[in-house]
Amino acid sequence: MDILLQQIINGLVLGSMYALIALGYTMVYGIINLINFAHGEVMMVGALTSWSIIGLMQESMPGTPGFIVLLLALVIACIVAATLNFVIEKVAYRPLRNSPKLAPLITAIGMSILLQSLAMILWKPNYKSYPTLLSNTPIDVAGAVITPTQVMILGVTAVSLAVLMWLVNYTKLGRAMRATAENPRVAGLMGVKPDMVISATFIIGAVLAAIAGVMYASNYGTAHHAMGFLPGLKAFTAAVFGGIGNLAGAVVGAILLGLIESIGAGYIGALTGGVLGSHYSDIFAFIVLIVVLTLRPSGLLGERVADRA
Amino acid sequence: MKSQHRLIAMLVAAAGLLILPLLLQGFGNAWVRIADMALLFVLLSLGLNIVVGYAGLLDLGYVAFFAIGAYMFGLMSSPHLTQAFPFIAAMFPNGLHTPLWLVIPLAAALAGMFGILLGAPTLRLRGDYLAIVTLGFGEIIRVFLNNLDHPVNITNGPKGINQIDSLHFFGLDLGKKIVVWGFEVASVSLYYYLFLALVVVSVIICHRLELSRVGRAWMAIREDEIAAKAMGINTRNMKLLAFGMGATFGGVSGAMFAAFQGFISPESFSLMESVMIVAMVVLGGVGHLPGVILGAVLLSALPEVLRYVASPLQSMTGGRLDASILRQLLIALAMISVMLLRPRGLWPSREHGKSLTNAKT
Repeated sequence: MDILLQQIINGLVLGSMYALIALGYTMVYGIINLINFAHGEVMMVGALTSWSIIGLMQESMPGTPGFIVLLLALVIACIVAATLNFVIEKVAYRPLRNSPKLAPLITAIGMSILLQSLAMILWKPNYKSYPTLLSNTPIDVAGAVITPTQVMILGVTAVSLAVLMWLVNYTKLGRAMRATAENPRVAGLMGVKPDMVISATFIIGAVLAAIAGVMYASNYGTAHHAMGFLPGLKAFTAAVFGGIGNLAGAVVGAILLGLIESIGAGYIGALTGGVLGSHYSDIFAFIVLIVVLTLRPSGLLGERVADRA
Repeated sequence: MKSQHRLIAMLVAAAGLLILPLLLQGFGNAWVRIADMALLFVLLSLGLNIVVGYAGLLDLGYVAFFAIGAYMFGLMSSPHLTQAFPFIAAMFPNGLHTPLWLVIPLAAALAGMFGILLGAPTLRLRGDYLAIVTLGFGEIIRVFLNNLDHPVNITNGPKGINQIDSLHFFGLDLGKKIVVWGFEVASVSLYYYLFLALVVVSVIICHRLELSRVGRAWMAIREDEIAAKAMGINTRNMKLLAFGMGATFGGVSGAMFAAFQGFISPESFSLMESVMIVAMVVLGGVGHLPGVILGAVLLSALPEVLRYVASPLQSMTGGRLDASILRQLLIALAMISVMLLRPRGLWPSREHGKSLTNAKT
């Protein structure tokens, strides 16, 4: 029983990190129909920036409480990631908005490789240990344990999601975003500037990704240049799972995916008599994806769209 | 007159391609290896071009079929299976050396079968969804290759399979150099000729496919699936056929790769390879054979060449910018800048993309 509870806690933590990344994917896809392959790398840049900031602060001002260091690193990481994503969109995606569909996808993949190699040059290609800034005495919850870092991850995710929902549903910018996602041309006629909305979307996505990056690094205690790739892939899977373009869907898909992954990894060994071990956990995401898309191609919460001619 | 010029140009090109490995041999076999790998990638890109270029289905897990072909060949002609399973060793006291004529069709058929198996449930998905599902499939295959070393050791896990037989047919062993009229032809050059022949055959197949009824059906699906369906094309079967065909190409190239390298491990079949193959096809000019070949040669050979040139740069930057990072950096820059300057590829076909350019934004 407590194993199940433990796996549920782990799954929720994992899922909430996926959710933060998945939102960036789903917002961008909803507006310009592009799989932004570089999104996972934006998360990586966020994590590595915060690692550098933490290193700097611990050297120059030892004795600063951990959570202040973390908060400051988080804010700077968000700013750097947002600037980066804004520039990426402007340089690499905007000129291709009306070209054949594969072209922006290839630039996105190229951008992802470019960011990885630049990170290797800037931060060197080794694994860095990410300092534990919050106390690491685990809290006991009915037989299972949860670390303060994990509590922070759940809290930060909840706050970010609430802010995002408010932004999208109750502000002028949010209304413009929803209108552009619905139909960019008509939105333009109504006085919405699509370019501005798209830039704003990339910036918001990058902030969420940077938060996820810092959380991911502090949860696993490590950061490196390739850390964005797999979470990025899974977050996209989660976005598709929930119905791409749908914000609530991305969150639901991500949390479910996190739960499936951690519960699956916890039980697959026992279920198959040791034939399949927990190192197969990476493929759960993809198996779930294939099954869901086969049974319900528009995702869990996606609207059924008719084939467009 | 014009056709005469073309004929002469083609003859010169053919002669150049035939002499190339003999010239490269003089600089060392490593250079011939680069040419060999470039040809293998041309083969792979031609296969993927059927799926992406003709039928317009974005496949981001193409390397899985390459892996299936390679492992098929690797398992059927290496000591691995006889070492792992005593009963197989008892069946083949001389070791498992399946003849080429059996194992290549098997590899092709197995890869084709997997292609159809993957395609059947997923082909009704819209473009981007299909891309992500194929990507997932590629990862699943790689994870299995990585972990199927226990409880029964089938793929030998991350360590990979080594001592794979080289290709031999008609008494000719491509793994050993031969001497023709006192002139030494190295093993890598022999492989070069084999791959070149395969590429030529594939180009002919692709070209004929392009002009055939099937090819026209694929292109109709690519341009507008609903209209194609209305014209009486069985879109599902046609898409499956494209998937199967493309996968078959991947399987054969995989078998060639295994024999050529003599060693395979899951690392050679990462997602990055799939992405590279897609990039080759798109960079050169999707759906256009000369473009695809150009893209494959450029992306596979140039960075390799650069690896040899880059060592001074590495010492200049104190080891921070080593050859592999530089290679990655240049590939990324090439992908981005080519797409920005020529969104339809370096050498696009004339009629391709007509309806895509006017499509909704």
